[in-house]
Amino acid sequence: MIAIFRKELADHLVSKRFLILFILVLAAAIAATYIATQTIRGAVTEDTEFVFLTIFTTRGTELLTFLFFLSLFIPIISIALGFDAINSERNSGNLSRLLSQPIFRDAVINGKFLAGLAVLAIIIVSVIAIVAGLGLRIVGVPPGSEEVLRLIVFALISIIYGAFWMALAILFSILFKSATTSMLASIGLWIFLFFFMPVIANAITGNAAVQMMVARVSPCTLYGGATSVLLVPELDESTASILYQFVGRLPTPLPFSQSLLLVWPQVVGIIALAAICFAVSYIRFMREEIRAI
Amino acid sequence: MGQVIVETKDLSKTYNGFTAVDGLNLRIEEGEIFGFLGPNGAGKTTTILMLLGLTEPSSGTAQVCGYNPTREPLKVKHIVGYLPEKVGFYEDLTARQNLSYTAELNKLPRDEAEKRIEELLATVGLSQVADQEVSTFSRGMKQRLGIADIWVKEPKLVFLDEPTTAIDPEGIEDMLDLIASMAKKGITVIFCSHQLHLVQRICTRIGILAKGHLVAEGPLDSLGRQSISGGKYRIEVEVAQANPDLLDSLKRGAGIREVQSSGNTLFISCDEDLRSQIAKEIVDSGSLLVGMKIEEYSLERIYKTYFHED
Repeated sequence: MIAIFRKELADHLVSKRFLILFILVLAAAIAATYIATQTIRGAVTEDTEFVFLTIFTTRGTELLTFLFFLSLFIPIISIALGFDAINSERNSGNLSRLLSQPIFRDAVINGKFLAGLAVLAIIIVSVIAIVAGLGLRIVGVPPGSEEVLRLIVFALISIIYGAFWMALAILFSILFKSATTSMLASIGLWIFLFFFMPVIANAITGNAAVQMMVARVSPCTLYGGATSVLLVPELDESTASILYQFVGRLPTPLPFSQSLLLVWPQVVGIIALAAICFAVSYIRFMREEIRAI
Repeated sequence: MGQVIVETKDLSKTYNGFTAVDGLNLRIEEGEIFGFLGPNGAGKTTTILMLLGLTEPSSGTAQVCGYNPTREPLKVKHIVGYLPEKVGFYEDLTARQNLSYTAELNKLPRDEAEKRIEELLATVGLSQVADQEVSTFSRGMKQRLGIADIWVKEPKLVFLDEPTTAIDPEGIEDMLDLIASMAKKGITVIFCSHQLHLVQRICTRIGILAKGHLVAEGPLDSLGRQSISGGKYRIEVEVAQANPDLLDSLKRGAGIREVQSSGNTLFISCDEDLRSQIAKEIVDSGSLLVGMKIEEYSLERIYKTYFHED
């Protein structure tokens, strides 16, 4: 498995795909940060406890926050890195050669998944670090220790969120023989969950509990909720509505430990969804008869 | 004879009600170049995949070098190389990198692997282009790289599935030389091909598969005798100044089944190779013996006798 991991990682890091994604994410992140630092003075009041975190969550008049950009890009990066994991091997005639080597079949999936995840982690961590550094330079307010902790947990959750999309993309790359089909399927599902699921949830009027349940099937909602709690300790109105147990509470910042407690179910939800994708991939791939390929 | 490398007992495989391999009994010994023939869909590739442990047999057992491929696939894959029909390499890696990856997957120590890869690249004639991306390679070069690729792990047995399709005549010659040199190193080769004249040239034994059954098996000449001459040896003799009694005296000879003449040529059909006895008979009768040859069988003809009705 280590051999596969190493090769896949090396492949990713020198690929044009990686370069394009990295530049894209970096450009968006810097733009968002720049806007945030320009408007931050208006957003920060005397009571603001976590000035540094607002760099990640402040929006300009029209442009969106860094947080929003990241929640948009994580699925795209994961899908881009994983959508052709297995079917490209199959179509290029490498799969049968690979599987006739003395390795366990699951090592192929594991190696590819971990390599993709490592690349994703590199992108996320470096982008957060760059934005933090930029923010520090422009705003001039150093982050408190709690803010640093929150950022670390934020990065971790982002990676877990990416793991879900990676697992999904790999699953589709096993299910569909053509790389184009598997990419369209992954992107299609993402668009559905990201854009339409909230609309569907909103359409269900009357029963708040059902509305909440529908909304929280989507990993996008789970991730949005979890990261908002972490980066916006004051919990504004929109965040609170996702976490129904906090409807009607006073707008005071939550302590870090309470934030963690609050995001825990969301994180477990994302992990569970990723595990389901992974399990299905395993079963499909392990049981697949390698026929005349 | 040598050690048994492959042995199957009533090996069968059914895919959704379609029987691809049906009660196959195969025995291949060390050092053989076994030609595995049959039309498309006869079950050759399925058999190979079962022997590699990539597909599970529906019933029956297989043994490869003493291991059961279903139960111990990793042990089998350590000592067995498989060159699939549509072999592919990572196009953006160089030939050397592709081979290193295979070596790494086989857990070869790095310095040993490097040395072996260097030797193999020279053997298959790719030393010059070892550091070029595989995407620049021709089909023939990729096939040769495929041979190097299965050779990296120093296998005991290799399966070559149609290694000579879609390559030019020169490439085919290179390929056959490589296969022969593998066999010389003691590697048992199972060679699947539709190019019968190639199989005839290099294989020591041949098995013909039809609809999942092994319909014929053996060295080329015995296969030919069975399928074409009904188990008889056919000898063609050219004589001059034939003694009129020669025909009758030949017919009386022990083991001789039939004698036909056409001008100066006699066609003799017998139970075993009686060439020396026939020569003596002719000379003793006072006739002159001009030439004599025993019938050779082309694999093409043998193959057709099994499949002409299809």
